[in-house]
Amino acid sequence: MEQISVSDLKGISAQIRKRVIEMVYSAKSGHPGGSLSITDILTVLYFREMNIDPLKPDDPDRDRLVLSKGHASPGLYATLAIRGFFPEEYLSGFRKISSKLEGHVHRGVPGVEASTGSLGQGIGIAVGMALAGKLDRKSYHVYAIIGDGELQEGSVWESFMAGYKYTLDNMTVILDRNRVQLDGFTKDIMPQNNIREMVSSFGWEVFEIDGHNYDEIIEAIEKAKNFRGKPTFILANTIKGKGVSYMENNPKYHGSPPASDEEYERALRELSGDVP
Amino acid sequence: MTSESLRDTYGEELKRLGSIHKDIVVLDADLSSSTKTASFGKEFPDRFFNMGISEQSMVSAAAGLALSGKKVFASTFAVFLMRTYEQLRQSVCYNNVSANFVVTHAGITVGEDGATHQIVEDVGIMAGLPNMKVTVPVDSIETRSVIDYLVEKGTGPNYVRLSREKFPVLNEPDYQFRPGRSVTFLDGSDITIIGMGVMVSFALKAAEILRGRGISAKVINMSSIKPIDRTAILKSARETGKIVTVEEHSIYNGLGSRVAEIVSEEYPVKVARLGMNDSFGKSGKSWELFEYFHMGVDDIVKTAETCFREEPKYENIS
Repeated sequence: MEQISVSDLKGISAQIRKRVIEMVYSAKSGHPGGSLSITDILTVLYFREMNIDPLKPDDPDRDRLVLSKGHASPGLYATLAIRGFFPEEYLSGFRKISSKLEGHVHRGVPGVEASTGSLGQGIGIAVGMALAGKLDRKSYHVYAIIGDGELQEGSVWESFMAGYKYTLDNMTVILDRNRVQLDGFTKDIMPQNNIREMVSSFGWEVFEIDGHNYDEIIEAIEKAKNFRGKPTFILANTIKGKGVSYMENNPKYHGSPPASDEEYERALRELSGDVP
Repeated sequence: MTSESLRDTYGEELKRLGSIHKDIVVLDADLSSSTKTASFGKEFPDRFFNMGISEQSMVSAAAGLALSGKKVFASTFAVFLMRTYEQLRQSVCYNNVSANFVVTHAGITVGEDGATHQIVEDVGIMAGLPNMKVTVPVDSIETRSVIDYLVEKGTGPNYVRLSREKFPVLNEPDYQFRPGRSVTFLDGSDITIIGMGVMVSFALKAAEILRGRGISAKVINMSSIKPIDRTAILKSARETGKIVTVEEHSIYNGLGSRVAEIVSEEYPVKVARLGMNDSFGKSGKSWELFEYFHMGVDDIVKTAETCFREEPKYENIS
């Protein structure tokens, strides 16, 4: 797994993005925008950087990831399925009554570490997992992916304080900085002056990257997981709806599926690289 | 009757169990010298996390520790845990983790600190959460037994409500707590007084006065609010016909509501509820406040007597 190439990772992420579109279109609901913005990060984590085994989802030494922005469930479910935690055909049950694939990330799904959905909580759960890792002298690493709208929740900053106090260098928070939230752009809804400085001043080591550049994602994650003495924070600049032209930077697709068969087919064609 | 501190007992028991069970971890939010978790913290600093005045992250971190196999106890004042309702709902109860929230300074027995700190809504709020179990120990003996039970056999999320004040010791030393099981402290045939928390001791005093007036009152300690002892409630309804509930809590969504729900479903009898009536508390000495809010011994006597002398209004009371 360690040696998987960037071009192979890109192929996998295209598959994940297509599954995301299929899932939300089939469910006629769900959150494509924030799933597509973290797809490249999830791909690098689950297919290259994290110490995980789909056959041993309860291995006490496994790395953990908590998707604190639990609405990006299509992105995580598709990643876990393609990684082999459960059959890909289960994805068609997303948000449906017969399925375990709850609308927001649900722990009943193999590979999911914690149920999330209300913002500002997953990062705190990850703090608890990192505290336990330290206490048990385990070498596992804990990742939490949070959204930039989520940074508006005060509880996130409580967790930053706790990470600093307990020197949780076995924990990395990845910020999906896509600049869009449900009601519009983050700069209009509730601007945050300088996230990099804010988090850094809370005592975290900050790395800033292009969240769609594989070399940068890989380098930042490897630096973060090997960093000692401070918890780490990766500020990943991303594009909401990345890969589907009409969804990119469009708040409408925070929580709406393709609006028509034409939009649906166009999304799949674009993600296949099959666009004039 | 001797009185003992429930929170002192909690702190001592946690420390004692901490040396036996290395997987116990304790969290607090800057109130450890009041909740009494500080003694555990002093003894086991590696396993004690003072999260500062940050209840939300304390509760989510408690969930993360429990998901990592720890036996978790988290404490603060009851009123401040309520600000984490949603963390309790999602991080804790929806994930169904084994984490115990043992809170102190519940109810009006906070006394002088006044209304802001006297929560009387918490039992209803907590009991409404799926998976959450709710226990209100009546005295120090029950407190110790509840903590022992949670460490040895506890599963899922638990809410345990303790007080600031010392409470009269009512249980026998060998008493053992079991979820969903009530204890009848006094048998009686005319009316049943079901109590929660310190008001059980008031109910016992009231029963003595009632006996002098020819009324035989049964007194039950209903410390396990969820699960609740449905069998004991229905047995009392059948045998004594009328029920009075007494609680240091709002009569809405507390013990009284639960009892009324259960009897109305299966065996409707008169239920008179005594407690806080849609009201905030106020500053004052704890024991004065019971008189002020008409929840004292005399009020229980009056309510029980009126209830007893009333004509039955329900068909199934012969």
